[in-house]
Amino acid sequence: MKTLPQKRSNFAGNYVPLIFERSRPGRRASRPPIRRTGNVSALLGTDNVRQTPPRLPEVSELDLVRHYTALAHRQMSIDGNPYFLGSCTMKYNPKVNEEAARMFTKLHPYQDPRETQGALRLLFNLQTSLAELTGMNAVTLQPAAGAHGELTGMLMIKAYHQSNGEEDQRRVVLVPDSAHGTNPATATMVGYEVEEIPTDINGEVDVDHFLSALGPHVAAIMLTNPNTVGIFETKIMELSKAAHSFGAQLYYDGANANAIVGRARPGDMGFDVVHLNLHKTFTTPHGGGGPGAGPVGVKRHLKDFLPTPLIGKEDGQFTADYSVPQSIGRMRSFYGNFGNLVRAYTYIRALGKEGLRGVSTMAVLNANYLRVKLVEAGYEIAFDRINMHEFVARPPSGFKTIDIAKAMLDYGIHPMTVYFPLIVKEAMMLEPTETESIESIDRYAEIMGNILREADADPDYLSTAPHATPVLRLDEVRAARHPKLRHTFPPQ
Amino acid sequence: MDFPEDLRYTSTHEWASAAENGVITIGITDFAQDQLGDVVFVELPQLGDQFEQGDPVAVVESVKTASDIYAPTKGTVVEVNSNLEDSPEEINSDPYSRGWIFRLAIDSTNELSDLLDAKAYRLNAVEE
Amino acid sequence: MDYLPHTLEDIEKALRTVGVRDVEDLFSDIPKALSNPEINLPSGMDEDTLLRHLKELQNQNSTDQPCFLGGGIRHHFFPSVTQQLASKPEFLTAYTAYQPEVSQGLLQATFEYQTMMSELTGLPISNASMYDGATATAEAALLAARATNRSKVLVSRGIHPETLEVLKTYLTPLKISLEVFELDGLTSSIPFVDKDTACVIAQNPNFLGYLESVPNLVEASHKMGALYVAVSDPVALGILKPPGSQGADIVTGDGQTLGNPVNFGGPSFGFLLVSERLVRQMPGRVVGETVDTEGQRGFVLTLQAREQHIRRGKAKSNICSNHQLTALMATINLAALGPQGLQEIAEQSVLAAHELADKLSRVGITVRQESTFFNEFLIETETSPLKLRQEFSLRGISAGIPVPQTFNFGNASILAATELTTKEDIDALLKAITEIELSK
Repeated sequence: MKTLPQKRSNFAGNYVPLIFERSRPGRRASRPPIRRTGNVSALLGTDNVRQTPPRLPEVSELDLVRHYTALAHRQMSIDGNPYFLGSCTMKYNPKVNEEAARMFTKLHPYQDPRETQGALRLLFNLQTSLAELTGMNAVTLQPAAGAHGELTGMLMIKAYHQSNGEEDQRRVVLVPDSAHGTNPATATMVGYEVEEIPTDINGEVDVDHFLSALGPHVAAIMLTNPNTVGIFETKIMELSKAAHSFGAQLYYDGANANAIVGRARPGDMGFDVVHLNLHKTFTTPHGGGGPGAGPVGVKRHLKDFLPTPLIGKEDGQFTADYSVPQSIGRMRSFYGNFGNLVRAYTYIRALGKEGLRGVSTMAVLNANYLRVKLVEAGYEIAFDRINMHEFVARPPSGFKTIDIAKAMLDYGIHPMTVYFPLIVKEAMMLEPTETESIESIDRYAEIMGNILREADADPDYLSTAPHATPVLRLDEVRAARHPKLRHTFPPQ
Repeated sequence: MDFPEDLRYTSTHEWASAAENGVITIGITDFAQDQLGDVVFVELPQLGDQFEQGDPVAVVESVKTASDIYAPTKGTVVEVNSNLEDSPEEINSDPYSRGWIFRLAIDSTNELSDLLDAKAYRLNAVEE
Repeated sequence: MDYLPHTLEDIEKALRTVGVRDVEDLFSDIPKALSNPEINLPSGMDEDTLLRHLKELQNQNSTDQPCFLGGGIRHHFFPSVTQQLASKPEFLTAYTAYQPEVSQGLLQATFEYQTMMSELTGLPISNASMYDGATATAEAALLAARATNRSKVLVSRGIHPETLEVLKTYLTPLKISLEVFELDGLTSSIPFVDKDTACVIAQNPNFLGYLESVPNLVEASHKMGALYVAVSDPVALGILKPPGSQGADIVTGDGQTLGNPVNFGGPSFGFLLVSERLVRQMPGRVVGETVDTEGQRGFVLTLQAREQHIRRGKAKSNICSNHQLTALMATINLAALGPQGLQEIAEQSVLAAHELADKLSRVGITVRQESTFFNEFLIETETSPLKLRQEFSLRGISAGIPVPQTFNFGNASILAATELTTKEDIDALLKAITEIELSK
């Protein structure tokens, strides 16, 4: 008997028009304050003024609300659904963090510092806290995202080599073949060539290859620990010593910090530069793809290259500190993604030292529990052993990861990361995080098991999944061949 | 899977035609187009660009990947298949004929003899 | 306070299932020397104590006083409905749309965003947003260098000085040269463009608030085959000519004024739009329209082969995320305002600033008005700009952005006004500046 999910309508129905299609000339939702009259065209010069207004939507406030509510109903989110996306750390976003963020929204970055001491103090404390947690000596809060943090870190490494007169000599950055795509992309943006180091059969960086790839021509090695496949690089001290003996700098990609927060620190492992993803480990909300924040910590020898401004303290007053002697310059405008910095600060104060350590404890316990349940459900594990906060799995032979992922959507769970890392065929990377309950993990694994059995009953079902989502499989080929990237208004 | 006998092949899945008036035609093999999936875009070289054997010349994009296409021999670009701008799918449907990608003017045919024949290509590159 | 659901039973069950006796066994891979370092952080707080602590910090800030600060970030009217809709948890706590079937909400909203930005700027193709205006402009310069295969960028002194700094940071490692062409009075001179120039970048209204003659700058660029990058104020585009219609090849800018609170400078978002032929060089995410297997309209992330997760070292940029949520807020806000509401905000801002300039002039302050300005303008004072700002602050007014020395203006400050500026605000400023500057 067929018990496969049937198509259900959501509250919005199956068709949600574009906001432009709801538009009617003359309607409006909101009225700004009108305090003055005058001839603006005359003030600006008619040559400067547009002849036709932009075709923005004209809708009533109720239609506006109905529209974006309908869109919200067509959107999965952590608040609604479990997302065991490996490498993304989709943990619960506490609501008190939102309340905290709202307390500081009206501050203008150009206000006199005497008017913003509370905000500057918060940032200063966050700098210190993140330095403590990572074992580094100084922190910049400016980078707007993880990739932005990577760019910042690599620019500092380049500046450091330059200051030693070694810029021309050091042209290569080493990156494991399991690395996230941003790592080589960042290295290229900074003008380096990238060389890949293979992963050994145990899932760790191949030490022999690593050592033979090292040389005075290497500027930096970008690593994450635990690595992308969720395994701690046990030889990290040996690797960092070797790297430093050649004068290379060691860069830590903080994407997997959730596994070790509070119980091990990249600074102690020998890393010279670290970036953190506040939207991962420190639970600032993903917002559907951003904004995040990617603060960067450095060891003493790189302090002089930090981007400006840092937050400093002088005579008891907090200031924007531009006095960094060989700064790489500015990475973005103003102070950074302040709203998210407030959220991360609030989270750190809420959890405290013990709470943060509890995060890594439970993240790793949950991940191992999920691994065992998944094996029970019929899946294979790429590196079958105790892992840290995430692990890589594979479907049994004959099944494709993409099909299983699509089928999971019908059950209201967001699939794991698919086809990454590139070194495992049909890869599935899973990270439940510490905020999921045992029942949630049980259910997720059970659904993944059921999907395998249902596919036996109906093989076509899987390759045509999903069936119960607001839209079915989308023609991505068409979207790429004939890109339609904006709405076209019908001719008048 | 089809690998015409009259063409030469590289281990990176390009095919090259015999030289006609010092010009060879290059595309990707049936195996390559199958691996890539539906081609959505081709980044073509400029006329007059010069390449050594093994240099990346063009890029073929599908939805999920982008593959570099390498020069099988040293040469200068004398023609590109601009039909691929509107119909990149020809690479999938007709990789050896309408799906050709670019043409190189070559000085000598020495490097052509480095390339694999159909049988060797099938053995080395496809059945790995 | 923590957010862990685990009871002792849960933990015991999990340990049994995994086959270890103690949670610490799961961390045995970490060398002893690295384990459990001394971390100098305070213990956690319950929610009530936490909020009290934050309130203490809040009390050390001054807000809700007359504010005449601009410089790329401004207080504008945002209706309550914007915040309410944008902070819906389905939007706030969603992830990137890598599974489009369950992300149609944000994908469609982004498609709407891309359309609205295209309407404002007059260029056909927008990406899904970037970190901020400064980095968007830096990425535009890199784009121009790639597209033209040239390695020089000319930038007007008139752009936001922080954008200029970010340009330097991004271009230097790739050995792309950056040359600044100076102002001639309050607006840009025409730069000397040669065949090594990838692009010319200028901002309108410029950092000081004055309108540039864009057609002249575009002409100078195109004559030598260089691209023109128009850094724009999106609210001003409610009434100013769209740069696309003036020949701009790329438009960038910061979107804060379209619907995000000032938030001490972030997060907001950067926008980047290009002409048709530059689309494959464009960095960042982009959403496209398509159909599903039943022919129903749907939206997907597209043109992904440009991006880091596919191209890795050969990607157009290392950018992984966009500023989805803040761009969403702008989208909702623009829909709430409509073309008329946006026009009204822009017009009221212009009128408020001109009233302020006029009144300042009348009391004897040197106001530079010989060039057309939008809603920000320059005043010149005897008091140094930092002191001026401080003196304003002591009188409960946030005003006076110092003009950096690089502009060569002596003691000059920038004042801004918007539709929120009341007559009482202006009176307070006049009283204050009379005391500070004129009672000598």
